[in-house]
Amino acid sequence: MGKYKSHILVCAGTGCRASDCEGIVSNLESALEENNLNEDVQVVRTGCFGFCEKGPVVKMVPDNTFYVEVTPDDAGELVLEHLVKGRKVERLLYIDPDTKERISDSKHMGFYKKQYRIALRNCGFIDPENIDEYIARDGYAAMGKILESMTPEEATAIIKESGLRGRGGGGFPTGLKWEFTRKAQADKKYVVCNADEGDPGAFMDRSILEGDPHSVLEAMAICGFCIGADTGLIYIRAEYPLAINRLKTAINQAREYGLIGKDILGTGFNFDVEIRLGAGAFVCGEETALIHSMEGLRGEPTVKPPFPAEKGYNGKPTNVNNVETFANIPPIILKGSKWFSEIGTEKSKGTKVFALAGKVNNVGLIEVPMGITLREVIFDIGGGIKGGKKFKAVQTGGPSGGCLTEKHLDIPIDYENLLQCGSMMGSGGMIVMDEDDCMVSVAKFYLDFTVEESCGKCAPCRIGNKRLYEMLDKISLGKSSEEDLGMLRNLANVIKDTSLCGLGQTSPNPVLSTMDNFHEEYLAHVADGKCPAGQCKALMHYIIDSHLCVGCTLCNRVCPVDAISGEKKTPHVIDSSICIKCGACLEKCKFGAISVQ
Amino acid sequence: MASVKLPESKIQELKEVCQKYDNKGSELINVLHGAQELFGYLPAEVQEIIADELNVSVAHVYGVVTFYSFFSMLPKGRNPISICMGTACYVRGAEKVLDEFKRILNVKVGETTGDGKFSLSCLRCVGACGLAPVVTIGERVYGRVSADDVKKILSEYA
Repeated sequence: MGKYKSHILVCAGTGCRASDCEGIVSNLESALEENNLNEDVQVVRTGCFGFCEKGPVVKMVPDNTFYVEVTPDDAGELVLEHLVKGRKVERLLYIDPDTKERISDSKHMGFYKKQYRIALRNCGFIDPENIDEYIARDGYAAMGKILESMTPEEATAIIKESGLRGRGGGGFPTGLKWEFTRKAQADKKYVVCNADEGDPGAFMDRSILEGDPHSVLEAMAICGFCIGADTGLIYIRAEYPLAINRLKTAINQAREYGLIGKDILGTGFNFDVEIRLGAGAFVCGEETALIHSMEGLRGEPTVKPPFPAEKGYNGKPTNVNNVETFANIPPIILKGSKWFSEIGTEKSKGTKVFALAGKVNNVGLIEVPMGITLREVIFDIGGGIKGGKKFKAVQTGGPSGGCLTEKHLDIPIDYENLLQCGSMMGSGGMIVMDEDDCMVSVAKFYLDFTVEESCGKCAPCRIGNKRLYEMLDKISLGKSSEEDLGMLRNLANVIKDTSLCGLGQTSPNPVLSTMDNFHEEYLAHVADGKCPAGQCKALMHYIIDSHLCVGCTLCNRVCPVDAISGEKKTPHVIDSSICIKCGACLEKCKFGAISVQ
Repeated sequence: MASVKLPESKIQELKEVCQKYDNKGSELINVLHGAQELFGYLPAEVQEIIADELNVSVAHVYGVVTFYSFFSMLPKGRNPISICMGTACYVRGAEKVLDEFKRILNVKVGETTGDGKFSLSCLRCVGACGLAPVVTIGERVYGRVSADDVKKILSEYA
């Protein structure tokens, strides 16, 4: 970080940018100038700190004071108080929700205590647009070590022994994949980085690319050396403009430094990286579909085998790994396979990044050792459920995963355990739901997603999921019978067994897991015509309690369809044949006279 | 669909986009990204020129355009509104926000208002889940939006 005595790190991830971190940076810079500190203190835009709930985050280095929910207006005070007078700005410190104490060092916050950062090691520490900062934290040292002292076989063996598995969802052993591609005979091979992060609610790949793009470039070069490829391609969603820009900057800098390109570090090894833009198709996260998309075709999957390791991009052997997988590679090379394999569980080594979101107090990006329990993640790191409500379910694995409940809270998280519970690791989305969420609606929400994203190539996925969605819709409208539940399960299993690719093979999981874990809720919909969570509009009735209603006419005035009638100062009534169940009256009533049944 | 008359200068620019990618069929998606940046959308006329330039069939170009949700064959409004329908936003009430936009603008998802000022669409997760529910208008991101905020947000574009 150069000649400066101290630094102010400002989170410039997508979340904090939306909360005007640029305004904070420019106000900090002018405040520094006013106080003649601009020669001594530098403002650095970093990648995501992870604690998105409390963003924008500003961290003072070297004393590590961690300020939360900072606004541009606070910049002057931060400079004057913290830097000039040497006093902490108490009101911007994080307050521990249990002890009500103000905490200034992130190490002592519940959100960070149980985290172990490998893939996210540099996010929030370095300026992602400055290659020197990456190099200062051992960047490109792993690549140097391999190019100078190892054979491709030896390097691949380290990855194999580490036990690292694909972080994109499938969990296939990474070292083994590299070995397959290395052994394939061809005049040209490719390394592909899958940055088509499509799971709604997962944003770890984006954060890594925004906060530490060089770690991915370095790992791709290492992979290229191991499998014998000289070209790397990063397939990234066009919806991530900031990540794309930071990648472009990183590629240019690495080329300038001779860390990618021709004759890297004078070893004769050539490797260059190009960016390919996705165009919004969830199925392109599947590796064969991704490869077709890179070839300029519709992103439809094809049957495996042949695997991309034999026949991939342009018909050549191709190794596809996900962003987070790559981000783990350099530390494994530097610290050794033994170090990595001592973290985690027997079959799932290392750490996993999760995007914790939904009805949880601390929304954000976390990295935890495999084997941690859901309870620790949701209650210790996540700080429990928002608004003191009751925990109901946590959805893992995105549209391919399932909903887990109270009884799964103490199971150690790893690939196998999640599969056994009817969910999956997926890319690491973790959406917490509370008592107000209806599980039929949640299943319907995911099916709606699958129906839209199904590429249409195979019938089970194209037609089956559509029918599955319609059946769920019928249930939420109260037009189903118990018999339909059997049909629903049957169809879900057929789609799972007969679909062509991972999308269709996993798309019924949200339905099956909610049926298994919340059977009673489904029954309530079909047998009693009730939605216990009060979310399915068709099954709800708004009623005014004539004893509580004082006739203030407020509900009458907010009702968009004039379904409420009554004289001033006399109890009002709702005509349920007109009511569209928008809930506007319920929200406005000051006397608690309106309820849902 | 009504035919669109493309200005000559823009056609030239489109051809330059194709040339930038060596008129290779395998670069179709990159070319389409460039074309959409140029025109704001991809009308049939644009697709025909691209097919000609890259020496692929129009059907192939159309097939790719309609496959990917990022490409649009309809012009967007001057202020394109996108409601995030990712799971995190969904469980925090994105649907109510969407309904309010629909009600006030009187358009459905995928449509543009009569005056061409706003278009309404849904997208899947911008990755700002900490701010759920999220709405984007152009480049601007609005976080923690409630149905009550919708009117105020729209008034910024009056």
